[in-house]
Amino acid sequence: MGKTIAEKIFEAHAVDRPTPDTWVLRLDAVFCHEITTPVAINDLVARGKDRVFDPAKIKAVIDHVTPAKDGKTAAQGKILRQWARRHGIKDFFDIGRNGVCHALFPEKGFVRPGYTVIMGDSHTCTHGAFGAFAAGVGTTDLEVGILKGVCAFRAPATLKLNIHGSLPAGVYAKDVILSIIGRIGVNGATNKVIQFEGPAVTAMTMEERMTLCNMAIEAGATCGICPPDRTTVGYLWPFIQDEFESPEAALAEYTRFAPDPDAVYDQVIDHDISELAPQVTFGYKPDNVKPVTEMAGTPIDQVYIGSCTNGRIDDLRVAAKVLEGKQIDPNVRGIVSPATPDIFKQALAEGIIATFMAAGFCVTNPTCGACLGMSNGVLADGEVCAATTNRNFNGRMGKGGMVHLMSPATAAASAIAGAIAQSPLFKTTEGSN
Amino acid sequence: MKDFNGEVLFLDRSDINTDEIIPARYLTEISKEALAPHLLEDLSLEEFDAATDIAGKRAVVSRANFGCGSSREHAPWALEVNGITVVIAAGFARIFRQNMFNCGMLAIELPEAEIDRLFSRFAGKPTHLETDFDAGRLTFHSEGDSETIPFTVSDFDRALVQAGGWVEYADARY
Ligand code: SF4
Repeated sequence: MGKTIAEKIFEAHAVDRPTPDTWVLRLDAVFCHEITTPVAINDLVARGKDRVFDPAKIKAVIDHVTPAKDGKTAAQGKILRQWARRHGIKDFFDIGRNGVCHALFPEKGFVRPGYTVIMGDSHTCTHGAFGAFAAGVGTTDLEVGILKGVCAFRAPATLKLNIHGSLPAGVYAKDVILSIIGRIGVNGATNKVIQFEGPAVTAMTMEERMTLCNMAIEAGATCGICPPDRTTVGYLWPFIQDEFESPEAALAEYTRFAPDPDAVYDQVIDHDISELAPQVTFGYKPDNVKPVTEMAGTPIDQVYIGSCTNGRIDDLRVAAKVLEGKQIDPNVRGIVSPATPDIFKQALAEGIIATFMAAGFCVTNPTCGACLGMSNGVLADGEVCAATTNRNFNGRMGKGGMVHLMSPATAAASAIAGAIAQSPLFKTTEGSN
Repeated sequence: MKDFNGEVLFLDRSDINTDEIIPARYLTEISKEALAPHLLEDLSLEEFDAATDIAGKRAVVSRANFGCGSSREHAPWALEVNGITVVIAAGFARIFRQNMFNCGMLAIELPEAEIDRLFSRFAGKPTHLETDFDAGRLTFHSEGDSETIPFTVSDFDRALVQAGGWVEYADARY
């Protein structure tokens, strides 16, 4: 019987099966940030188990609230910083080198096809874009990951999502994943792995695949996963060129984890995007999704461009293209947070930062910032934000605030209009929805 | 292994969720102990007062779908730092249940009829729980009354409880 990507990764990493349904897997990477890791560190210290399984496989960053905004966030940073120092964790990213975890770690080449990765963060699923099994976990699992380099999972049921067609001009990976979540619902993939496949995925860049996998959790999935291919190898080549003779050799090694043609799936869904139009959420659930045209004119108070979903260089390029030579509405607060220092530098070099500033945007340092409503653009009661982030839960960006999720192009167009608006990069064709 | 013997707190409602067990506003705390004063703070239930009814309790008896809502482990922790190591209910949210065993605590599911009987016989009276973990028996005592009920847990969950939780189990084994 053939196997899915997740099944192949599980078999290659299994260290124990305490029950038929429970797989204890060896971990290739444990990622840490300052919100969820300090509790795990403190608990390990209290148990007299202040150890790490392998400092080279642990990567840590202060990204959610940085620079610290108050005593509590300063204390969180301090615990992580001191822990990284005392255990010799070299890949620790602090002020000046830090950025949003799920953008920074891929950029550093920390994720490879076939890897098992955990983090105390629900959007860890992003790293599945590389053909890895990457899952968000709770604190006890994180503790065990840090201490022993293992984690227990249930046997992975896989939902195969075949994405057909090609992206129409002005439509982006964000619109694709919003349309998928709108279709299958917030529980559509609960406790499953979503294996994203098909011509549309093959055509996507790694950045686009990360956007796709990033929101798998919003459909309840443990992980999103894309089969490793030439694009994956091309992205990773600078980091792996000493390990392989040629990109072909790397590809041959990584396609060990490609799904077998006769793999068995829990469910298969075919999703055609050739007629897709830009999408936006309404309400407080990420599966409340509509075409932008149906929401156009909804007034907004703030626009936020950033996060692990859409704070990468291509996202900023697209937004800047829309903003070029324009001014944002005087009643709108525009905030852009490039996701990592390298993205920031690249955006500076390309004049993108200048375009944002000329349009009236505030440019912040790389951080999660407003995405989780803790700093850098928290909403007041009753305020509305057009955001390129991934969660529109009630109160996510501030108590009483409303968040509409959309692509960077739609967010930029909305900033100019002062209300949700269709991006000029999208050319409506008859019959599109 | 933790201590599973002591006084019982009856919470007569289904679907008690993780926000009622520990409100989200305390998630920024960086130690388990800091959660202690806030257990069940937002639960509004007739004849329940968090300020007076939690102290000294070891076990909770409740109804269906206990621990639904978020997957946060703060819910079992908030129980643990208050000395509550056993929850007996007519059903649990899956993640909450696993989190309990991961913390070396007991989440015991009993048939609805048994739960009904426990409420009618013991709720409102000072009740003591005696747990024979190896034999799989729970014995409830109140003045002049007692009842023994068998329970089962899977071998893996049993091993987690014996080890004192997933951290200890994994550290000893892998
Ligand atoms: S950008 Fe938002 S969703 Fe992504 S890791 Fe940060 S807080 Fe979480």
